Formats: sequence, C-alpha cells, structure tokens
Amino acid sequence: MIEPVRGQRISVVVNGDRHERDVEARRLLVHFLRDDLDLTGTHVGCDTGNCGACTVIVDGVAVKSCMMLAVQADGTAVETVEGLAPDGELHPLQQSFSSFHALQCGYCTPGMLMSAKHLLDHNPEPTDGEIRRAIQGNICRCTGYVNIVEAIAAAAKGEVK
Amino acid sequence: MSETTVTPDQPITVEEQEVAPGFIGQNVPRKEDRRLVQGEGVFVDDVKRHGMAYVHFVRSPYAHAAISAIDVSKAMELEGVYGTLIGEEVAAETEAFFQIAPPPGGDLQDYALAVGRVRHVGEPVVAVAAATRELARDAADLVEVEYEPLDPVLDPETAADPATTQLHEEVPNNTIWQGNFDYGDYDAALAEADKVVRIKRLHFHRFSSTPLETSGAVVEYNRGTGQWTIHSNNQFPGFAIIMMAPALKVGLDKLRFVSQDIGGGFGNKICTHVQLVAMCLLARKLRRAVNWTEWRTDQHTANSHGNERVFLDVEVPVKADGTMLGFKARMIDDCGAWTRYEPLGCIIWAQVTPGVYRWRNVRVDFTQVCTNKSPCGPNRGYSRMQHLWFTERIIDIVAQELDADPVEIRKRNYIRADEMPYETPNGCVYDSGDYARCLDEALKLVGYESIDEKRKDAESRGKLLGVGIGSTLDSGTNNFGQSTLVNPELQFSGNNEVATVKLDIFGEIVVTLGTTPQGQSHETTAAQVVADILHVSPDDVNVRAGHDSYWNSHAGFSGTYASQFAVTGLGAAKGAADMLADEILKLGAAVLGAESADEVELDGGFVRRKDNHEAALPFMACGAIVNANNAVLPLELRDLTLNCRYVYVPPHQLPDKERKYGNLTLTYANQIHACVVEVDPETGVYELVDYGAVDDCGVRINPLIVEGQVHGAAAQSIGAATHEIFHYDEDGNLLTPNFYDYHVPHALDMPPLKTAYVESPSPFTSLGTKGMGEGGGAGLSAVAAALQDALRGSGKPIVSSSSNPYNTVWELLRNPDESRQLVEVEDR
Repeated sequence: MIEPVRGQRISVVVNGDRHERDVEARRLLVHFLRDDLDLTGTHVGCDTGNCGACTVIVDGVAVKSCMMLAVQADGTAVETVEGLAPDGELHPLQQSFSSFHALQCGYCTPGMLMSAKHLLDHNPEPTDGEIRRAIQGNICRCTGYVNIVEAIAAAAKGEVK
Repeated sequence: MSETTVTPDQPITVEEQEVAPGFIGQNVPRKEDRRLVQGEGVFVDDVKRHGMAYVHFVRSPYAHAAISAIDVSKAMELEGVYGTLIGEEVAAETEAFFQIAPPPGGDLQDYALAVGRVRHVGEPVVAVAAATRELARDAADLVEVEYEPLDPVLDPETAADPATTQLHEEVPNNTIWQGNFDYGDYDAALAEADKVVRIKRLHFHRFSSTPLETSGAVVEYNRGTGQWTIHSNNQFPGFAIIMMAPALKVGLDKLRFVSQDIGGGFGNKICTHVQLVAMCLLARKLRRAVNWTEWRTDQHTANSHGNERVFLDVEVPVKADGTMLGFKARMIDDCGAWTRYEPLGCIIWAQVTPGVYRWRNVRVDFTQVCTNKSPCGPNRGYSRMQHLWFTERIIDIVAQELDADPVEIRKRNYIRADEMPYETPNGCVYDSGDYARCLDEALKLVGYESIDEKRKDAESRGKLLGVGIGSTLDSGTNNFGQSTLVNPELQFSGNNEVATVKLDIFGEIVVTLGTTPQGQSHETTAAQVVADILHVSPDDVNVRAGHDSYWNSHAGFSGTYASQFAVTGLGAAKGAADMLADEILKLGAAVLGAESADEVELDGGFVRRKDNHEAALPFMACGAIVNANNAVLPLELRDLTLNCRYVYVPPHQLPDKERKYGNLTLTYANQIHACVVEVDPETGVYELVDYGAVDDCGVRINPLIVEGQVHGAAAQSIGAATHEIFHYDEDGNLLTPNFYDYHVPHALDMPPLKTAYVESPSPFTSLGTKGMGEGGGAGLSAVAAALQDALRGSGKPIVSSSSNPYNTVWELLRNPDESRQLVEVEDR
C-alpha cells in the first residue's frame, strides 16, 4: 500500500517576503499564516467559511483562508492585513475605518479590510450596493455594517482625513 | 435639560497634539484603532508559549445520557498527545462550583467536565491536550465514551411536571427557582378596569449574540508559586475569580487574569469559568501552558444562550381611555442544563418591571426551570430584553384589540419627563428621560407623518406595509444587592470599579482600568475624561490596553458587562484623575512659591501660577521630583505619590428582601426604535424598508462611539427578530450549530439605520452619563409590532413570538384565527 503524502515543502510569498516551510498536507492556510508565520492579524471566526474574518488576497483573489490548504498556496503571493501599512503609514482604508468608527472589537476588521481592498482594486468607484455585496461574506457582530459601508465609500472617493 | 442632536454626517477629527480642554462630548478618534486596523491587536488565540499544548474537548452527542465508561487509552497512544482530563479527576480535585440559587436549585453539582451524566448536546466530557490543534482533534476522536441515553427534557412549559424526567437529582421538578412578585394592588386595579385584555401565551425565543471571536484561553501554571496566569477573553474576571478560586481550593490571588483585545463579548463570555477550571487543571497536570480555542460549533452548542421565556395567562386591566393599570402574568424561564450565572435572570428583569410605562399594579409568578439544552447566561440586554419585549407586546396587542392608536396609547401610558426621577412600583428609581419626545424623534426618522401615503404606495405594489415601535430601557450599574432577592443568604450588594492614574518620571500620564473592553472604546473615552481634568490632550494620556488583575485596578465587580462603564469605569477614572490633579497642584504650588494650591492651575501639561503664567512647572518635572528627586521636597509633601487609585462606588442601598423592593440599578438609559416593514402577502417574505433608533443615554462622552453601540445593538436585535434562533429537534440536537444554519445579519440584510439622540443627563452620576450599549432589544419589539400592523387587514393575527422568520409570518397570514385564540377582551 502506498503511504499517503502527509507533508510537503511549500514556498509562499506573503506581503512581499518569501517563506519556505514544511507543512502537513491538512494544514489550513489560515493556520499556516497564524501559527507558522506568526501573522496573527488574520483571524478565525467560524471554521465553516461563513464569517470572512480570515479573508486574505491570494494572487489577486479574495480568499477565505480557512477554506484553502496551505499546500494549495504553494507558489502564490498572499496579501494579509499586515501588508496594508508596510511602512507604518496607514492605507486609506485603514484610516477610513478609524475615522468613520467602522470597527469596535476589531476582530472582523482584518478580513473586512482585505475584502474592501479587493473590491477597490477591481472597482475603484463602487456603489453602496456593490460595497454591501463585496462584504456580504464578512460578518461583523458589532457595527451593523453602517459605518463600514460609509468608510469604504469614503476611502474609494479619497475623502478620508 | 435635554438637547436633541443628530449625528453629523462626517465625524469630527481632532488634530494631533491639539491641546484644549473640553474633550468630553467630542468624536475623538479611537486610540484602539491603530493597532486593530493593522492586525496588531492581541486576541487570546494570538498568545503563544513555548511547548504549549492545544486542548480539544470531547463533547456529548446526547442531550441527556448516563456516562457508563470512558476510555482514553487509544488517544494516549498517539504520538504528540500530552494527556487528558476526565470528569472523575475534576470531581476529585475540585469543589463543585458555588451556586447563586438557594436550595434546591442551589444544590446542583456543577463541575468543569461532566461527571457521571451529560445534560446537553455539546457538554464537555473529556479534555485532550496535544502538540497541535489537529492532533488534539485526532486524539479526541480516539476517546471512547459509552452512554446510556435518557429521556431529554426540552419543553420549559412541561419541565416542572412531576411526571417529567429529572435533570439533577438534587432539583425536584426541574425547578431552579420560583418567586412571587406583587406590587401595588393588582386586585383593586382589576376591579377598577373598564376592560380586561387577556393573552394566553407569548414566547421569547433562544438566541445569542454569538461574538465573532469564540471563547478561549492560554493558561500557564507556576509550580513555584502555585499561581495560574489565565490569558483569556473572559469579560467578567471579578465573577470568574470568585467562582474559580473556591473550586480550585486556592486563594483569589493565585488566579491572575490577563486580556488585551477581546473580539466581542455581549455577555456571552462571562461564564467561561467552567472551561477555565479544566484548563487550570490541565496546565498543572501536564506542566505546560495550554491553549483552548473554542470551535464555532462549540460556541453555539455549549456556550451561553440567551434565556428562553414563556409568558402565560397574561391579564391587563385597562381603563376606557386606554390607561393601563398594570399586568398579571405567569412567567417560565428556561435556563438550560446548568445555572452558571442563573438564577440572577429571575430578578434582573425586575430592574424594568413596568418598562417605560406608568403601570402601578403588577403581579408576577416567576419560575425558572432547567432543560437539556445549552446553559443560558447574560446576553446583551440580559433578562430585561425578554421582559421589555413582553411589555411592548402588551401595549401593541391591547392597542390592536381596543382599536387604539399605538402612538397615542404609548404616550398616554409612558412615564412623563416631568415625573423624573420616577419611582417604579418595585422601588427602582428611573433617573431621567423623556420617552414621548424620543418617540416623536423616532417617528420623524421614518417619515411617520406621511405613513398613509406610504401604505397606499406599498399596496399599489402588492405589499402590506406596517409600522412598529419598540420602547425599551437599558438599565445600568447594577446593585448586586438584587441577588439577595433570589437568595437571601447571599452576601453581595452594591457595585464598584477601579482606575489608577499616575504621572511617571518623564511626565507620562498612565491610566489603568479594571474593565475588560470588547470593543467599547474604553481607552479612548477614559483618555477624554482624564485629559479634561488634567488639561492635556487625550493623545497625552496612555490608557493601558486591556485588563490585568495584577494591576491593582481590580475590584470585586471588575469587568465589562451590564451597561455601566460610562458610570463606573469613567467614574473611577475621573476620581483618580481628580486626585492626581490635586496632588500636582499641591506640588506645583510649593515649587512655584505660591501660598496655596488655589493660586495655581493646570494648563497644557504645566502647573502655572494664576497671577503669572510664565511661572510654570512642566508635568515632566513634577513626575521627576516625586519619583526620583524627592529629597528636594519639604517633609510635609513627602506623602505625594502622583500615583492615585480610586474606587468608584455607586450610592446603592440594600433592597428589601421581603417585599423584593429597592432600586436595582443606578441609571436607566432609554431607546425608542421605529421600523417600517413591507410584507409580501403571498409568501410572508418581508423587508425592513426603514428603521429609526433614538437613544437617550444622558451625557455622551464620545457621540460617534455611542452611535456605534446603537447601530450594533439594533443590528443584533433585527437579526434575532428575523432569523437567529437556537432551534432544537425532539431529541435535543441543536439544528443551528454554525453560521450556515444560524443566520446572523450580513451587510445585505441590514436596513438603512437612522439615528437621533436626546440627552437627559443622569442626576445620579458624576459625569451625567448613563450606561448604554444593550438597548437594541427595542428592535425585537419594533419588528413584532410592525408585522402585526402590516397583517392587521389580513385577519388581525397576533404576533406572539419574538422570533418572526418568513415562514412564521406566512403561517400568520395563512391561519390568523389560530393566533387570535390567544387573545380575549372582557368588557366590564
């Protein structure tokens, strides 16, 4: 009998830095980021792909990183919340979220920001409805989304102080 | 004095380093945000320790079963498994948890793991610790538990029948607590009534706020000192410590609670002391740090649910002019399998006994039963939400049956602004408020003046339009003396919170709080209050993030729960800052050669002579002198520390145990919500097309933060009213154990939320503030009322449940007469 492959060496570029690691075949991308790379900004909220707290951008596509295996990310470029402000200068979305009080506990915020970034990367002038559709896979239990939608709209329009 | 303000479209941004007194009331940007938007917060699962073990709980697949055997040997054979913990070990090493209830409810034996029997699906039976999360889960699959299933008890209305299976040997008839409440003269009110409206049954359903971050902990044990450090997201360490220390048979100081960022709590993270005890035992047994991060399914099946409550045989005496004289009801509350914070819910509703109404005669027979479902506990609006929904159902059912206008009948029965402070029939003192004015503002928000046109417009599109109002109170700053009304033997009363404010050697102002914020912006609002007192900018005030019970800013009731920070936490911060200001003035006067502290003042980080502003001592010099150069001080000033600790204690008194009478909280913020629905009469599908929320929480320290709380509370209540339900099947399986089946509002589900504010400062608090944040229960009432209004022309069905998903509305449309059986009107 052939032994199943239990692990694999992967090479992933995360926020511009290349990481090579041996990972278990069943390791989720989110746990690879959080536990192996210590990038704990990406959060886990549901285990079932519903909440979006773990959203990252993989090769330009917004992905729930609890729904992707680390081995599937081999050879890709991943953007996480830690990459939004590489030099400490906040990304306009980050500044906007703060200015509009679009976060309370901050647990959904990293995933919400990455979904919003993905939206604006592809649609720089979204309507209110398009913003809501873009974040419908991200659950926030604190804000009722009102200020989040406003913050994304303001960031898109460059209206953030 | 009241001020109405509508939140500005754009938040006000304070320039960096701007130095101006008067930060209270401004939308100062949040201090917490910079780390959180960068993913640099520290939540509990972000804490790591060398050699840490990951813990997975083996949980009961049965609602009710005897445990006949547990075998962990196969799990232990797996490489990388460090150890296990089973109920028998827990029972041998710990005491059963202290119970709040008097006997017999108080006799039940609750341990960190199931001992001998399981009583709900998801109850932890065995804990397994291993080198990785995945391995712990694998090992848990290898644990063999043999069960002998027993009949589950699921219906709270029959739980107390003698023929029903008993959950706990010590608790006959599954009855945790029963009490009678009798205020005013109900019999006289009934005799005086012109009409009596009777409602057979109303039902408030099970749901919870389901914080996005699940519960968790990283626990370390120091074998040298016998002390545990518990990094967790428990939101009420004061309560957790007094539950855990006796169970673990150690002193309180052996349990150090630490948290930084907490991903939402809403009350659901109060009762994690149970799992934390298992973690403490494992950390000690395995000699290593242990991590437990709850799975989403575990949070839904075995965390804290909001209490389910049934209101039976409701009777409402009404005068011909629509004045209601009170109510009578039998209430059955279902607390699930265990009483972790219960039966406090059996008294907490009484904080708002008559709701916002001038109802003087109340008779309630209140029973709490246990069932084979997840334990209940505090959930945003805890126990008051159920009761206030009940009072609002009374108003709208009576209005419909007597053909009265829901707005007019509210105004006729509301407590009036000129009656404040108002003493309720059970001795609670509503501090301030103008409910009728809030209602007018709420109606304006949804364009009520043109509602007839909107109704016609909806009709032309084949839709049924309805308007509903929810009027609720957010009572805050508990008097823990109310616990003695459920158990006269308890020795709890009053409340407290602590803050320290110090000036360090280099002039840094450092604040510590006893609270455990989960998004409520304590760092920001505390900085605003301290900045105003010390005449600096909030940017100059460093409020330490999070909570550490070793900071000495911790007291018996420390934590973040029950709408109180703006009173207790900020009251403590104000008290400590006032003390520090006095010390700085005293020091400055001496150094600047003034006769007394009256001749100097604080200004922009300096203490200055009033008669000569050039004569000034910077805070940095003050800090340096006292901390590192104190031989220069005259002897009489050597007692200055510039490190001030203040314990805020509200002016509560012991309630009267015999009469169940007294003021149970200090402040009573109010919310009036109005919503407009459009229902498709063919399918029952409906949409909230307009929603207005008016909140009056007294002085708002930071209006934008208040608005965030209003939005969030409203969203949770809309979710609960429309979709969220913990639904069990006939075997006691939870059918909504994850976010697939338990549908919380997504961005596309939310109606436009409009807000307005009335500020009626509390006369009883040092800043005029009131606790707030739990007031969203109004949405549950508003949605129920709006649906009943929309369906009025379709056979006048009665909305009798707080849970109204589309299929329920369709049932009401299809068979209105069934619900009408619930109501009768007696003409006198």
